Amino acid sequence: MGGEEGPARQKAMELLVRYGEALGAEKLVDTNNVCGGISNDPFTRKYAAEAEDFDAVFSEFNLDSSVRVAIPRVKAFTSHLITGMDPEHWQIQGVEPAAYEYNQRREAFCSRIGIQCINTCTPYLVGNVPVKGEHCAWMESSAVVYCNSVLGARTNTEGTESVGASMLVGKTPYWGYHLDENRLGTHLVHVDTDVSSVMDWGLLGYYVGEVVQEQIPVLDGICGIPNISRLKHCGAAAASSGGVEMYHIVGVTPEANSLDEAFGGRTPEYRLDYGRAERKKAYDMLTTATDPEVDFVVLGCPHYSIEQLWEVCRLLEGKRVHSNTSLWIFTPKPLKDHADRQGYTKIITDAGGVLMTDTCPAIGRVHPKGAKVVATDSAKQAHYLPPIMGFETWFGSQADCIQAAISGKWKGELK
Amino acid sequence: MKKIVLFGRKVARGCAEGEALVTRQTLSGWGGIDPENGTIIERRHELRGQSFKGKILVFRGAKGSSGWSIAFHRARLLGSIPLAVIFKEMTSKVALGTVVMHIPAVTNLDQDPLEVIESGDWVKVDGDRGIVEITKRNEG
Repeated sequence: MGGEEGPARQKAMELLVRYGEALGAEKLVDTNNVCGGISNDPFTRKYAAEAEDFDAVFSEFNLDSSVRVAIPRVKAFTSHLITGMDPEHWQIQGVEPAAYEYNQRREAFCSRIGIQCINTCTPYLVGNVPVKGEHCAWMESSAVVYCNSVLGARTNTEGTESVGASMLVGKTPYWGYHLDENRLGTHLVHVDTDVSSVMDWGLLGYYVGEVVQEQIPVLDGICGIPNISRLKHCGAAAASSGGVEMYHIVGVTPEANSLDEAFGGRTPEYRLDYGRAERKKAYDMLTTATDPEVDFVVLGCPHYSIEQLWEVCRLLEGKRVHSNTSLWIFTPKPLKDHADRQGYTKIITDAGGVLMTDTCPAIGRVHPKGAKVVATDSAKQAHYLPPIMGFETWFGSQADCIQAAISGKWKGELK
Repeated sequence: MKKIVLFGRKVARGCAEGEALVTRQTLSGWGGIDPENGTIIERRHELRGQSFKGKILVFRGAKGSSGWSIAFHRARLLGSIPLAVIFKEMTSKVALGTVVMHIPAVTNLDQDPLEVIESGDWVKVDGDRGIVEITKRNEG
């Protein structure tokens, strides 16, 4: 911390030490996998407009330093998470030209210091797939829970300031999910209803997160093997209703070959059941709309996988989105490039929808003009859109949402 | 006036005193608060519509998005943060959020602060020594 590596890395170490002390961490651990970024919200844009340069913005928001320090290249491999707008479709998203120009400056700065501009909440869909045991410093609650639970890599939920510090020095506090003993289950969830569709997995995650809050649920009684789309939805939902950063599924996830392994031989602190009644409760919690006239359909939170793009195109091909309704689908840019090649972008465009990248309505606060009633297949989006955007929200399956996009009316129900 | 003293662990240094705002629930940062005025906006939250600005915020812990720290960081730059925080459950979100607010913070108290402290009580937080002193509003 002597400052021999320059003032920015010194500020980074000072912040990590203050943060580590607050946590009660005994030391820092090396990391070479950081996911985070520079905010692209109105507040940061206003700050940037008045600041000397981007180094000053990074100093305040990514190093908690009101003193501007020159920012050197990152030391750890770093991926940029989701941002505030689509760099191609920003105009239909209602983004002001000044905000677009800020975004271009922000991205140029990120590239200059060596941050990979993949701009997605799902880095694991586009090649950043940490290995079991790898120490990471990730933000984005849906990515954190995927990293810990599905991949068996190790990260706490970091914030904008700590990822800024970690990328510059390649360290993170050795605390929480970096230690074996903190990765064991606390709650046994006995699942005694069929959980098979992507929607089912979102409902399960949302209910369990609401009950366990930030603890570690162990899901037992699951039949079959859930795939990426299902686990992506489950974790994102549990991290929204509660603060779940890790869960186990007995016989599926890498640290839960058995119930005994998931709990480390201990007795579960709590037991809960998940059946038809609990599933219904989650569904009701996620629905805030009463008006069946849907004017905005949001798909792709967390960003859609290739499989989900394939599925949505099978439903949309040859159909036409209702004249009073907008359909926006979100995916990482590298998967959009694939969709272009595969003909999916054309199917979506021909139907009157738009395939977008880099953002989502809750993060970017982007929406079609005048939108009030939203339909989404994402429990996370259904959780956050009402408080953030004031939208009434319907939650359902991908098929329910596409039907709403085509007819302009919500007809989904819990089956 | 009845005074109660609780002993715990320093999270962030400094001393402050003021009126308590207490919730037994966890708080979301991004999507849970409005940094402009420190108001809790989360749907179904028991403190929805109330502001922690200028209060001693006593809460269970943090939940939700990893935008927790940046939401409270913005609130600091806008002058809408609490005077100090007391919380029960340590997480990376609440630790970082507390650090970037630059206010005193204490956790691991020897009695449950959510049982002992009620909204409206006068609370002194000594972040350097990890001590909380409560003057009950309704007694004495």
